Amino acid sequence: MKKGILLHEASDDVGVAAMDIKSGEEVQAVTLDGVPVAPVKTVEDVPLGHKVAMCEMPQGHHVQEYGRTIGYASHDIKFGAHVHVHNIKSLRWAASSANLLEKQETK
Amino acid sequence: MTLLPKIPLTGYRRDNGRVGIRNHVLILSVDDISNAAVEGVANLIRGTMALPHPYGRLQFGADLELTFNTLMGTGRNPNVAAVVVIGIEPKWTDYIVKGIAETGKPVAGFSIERHGDLKTIEMASRKAKEFVHYATELPRVPVEWKEIWVSTKCGESDTTSGLAANPTVGRVFERLETIGNTLIFGETTEVTGAEHKIIEQCANPEIAAQFKAAFDNYQELVESQGVSLLGTQPTEGNIRGGLSTIEEKAFGNVEKMGRCKIVGFLEPAEAPKRPGLHFMDSSSAAAEMVTLCCAAGAVLHLFPTGQGNIIGNKIEPVIKLSANPLTIETMSEHIDVDLSGLLRFEHNLDGAADRTLEMMAHTINGRLTNAETLHHDEFVITKLYRSA
Repeated sequence: MKKGILLHEASDDVGVAAMDIKSGEEVQAVTLDGVPVAPVKTVEDVPLGHKVAMCEMPQGHHVQEYGRTIGYASHDIKFGAHVHVHNIKSLRWAASSANLLEKQETK
Repeated sequence: MTLLPKIPLTGYRRDNGRVGIRNHVLILSVDDISNAAVEGVANLIRGTMALPHPYGRLQFGADLELTFNTLMGTGRNPNVAAVVVIGIEPKWTDYIVKGIAETGKPVAGFSIERHGDLKTIEMASRKAKEFVHYATELPRVPVEWKEIWVSTKCGESDTTSGLAANPTVGRVFERLETIGNTLIFGETTEVTGAEHKIIEQCANPEIAAQFKAAFDNYQELVESQGVSLLGTQPTEGNIRGGLSTIEEKAFGNVEKMGRCKIVGFLEPAEAPKRPGLHFMDSSSAAAEMVTLCCAAGAVLHLFPTGQGNIIGNKIEPVIKLSANPLTIETMSEHIDVDLSGLLRFEHNLDGAADRTLEMMAHTINGRLTNAETLHHDEFVITKLYRSA
């Protein structure tokens, strides 16, 4: 299977697309050390550098990347979904993230 | 697994035991109005390097101290063989000369008052010429990896930075830490969101407390200006690239420290006193940060970039790394190490670290970096507040 997602830690909730991935594509996720972790079937397009859900996450879930919490799920997130400002938010500065999101949406 | 490339290293061993990888004869301004004389000497004498700058008059307190420490630290850097110092008046000029002379390297000071530029240039040029002969007689000698002090700071970051270039530096740092290198990183405001990770990696609670105090202090400074950095992070460009939260951006940044223990906290431009990784309280502006690392004694800098920051430094060679294929394609003259193979799964993080260390070895041995060949001679003094 084609490799397409890089993980900082094998246990992370999200991986990073190492190429533009189309919806419905099945790609292998590997760690930065080259260890295969799991195949992922994307449920939407994910551009290079954007994140893919490695598991299903309920709203409120603390999302792990780098083996750390990078924010919380603001909506339920499906396995293989595109994870970004539309479905995760900063835990520390929720207000400032919301402002950015608004700016992004009004563009 | 081999940790380091099997390339023999050579460098310049200075009287104080430190090792340099360049052999500059520096013509250093104490203050802005001495720049013309400094440039005059450097134009007359081949093999010298002028270091003009815009400050040094009517500064006071901690701001003056930092300017002095930056100037003295730069002169003390082992990449410098000898220094001619020129200032308007003798007192501050002598102060800088004394600070550099502690290293045992040849240094001489000239003040312009009572002489004028032309007489000063003549006297200083004769001394500079003598120093060039001295420096060019110094041989490169075998040196060890652990003697090479390395600093890092990233810039123009995007998702490829956190994914590839920054973790590569982290892996390089982990390997260098095991053999006893002295390492520096910093960027006090850019770690916002991941400061607890830094605290966790501090070797003891004292260092953690020093870091936390510097971090809080910087946040207060920014807020005292009626500004919030938090509302601007991640930037719209970051978001377009896939970064979603300030925590995510910061964790990508601090990947540069790998799993190294932080064994020391440094004030801006302060030299480390022991081997291992140090956090330096510093601005996140590239040229300011690298200038401070150079003043602290680092002789080689690793600069991971996503979108392509083009920084260099006059004294401390800057190696730039990028994994962004577009940056490598459009800005190839700036990127020393191409890490895009990580995103194509051609090699893993260890392979990326191997490539980086190989370029470091060649650079240590005298290969000019892209920034050096392109005259990226940035030297920017961090100003703490306005002058009197």
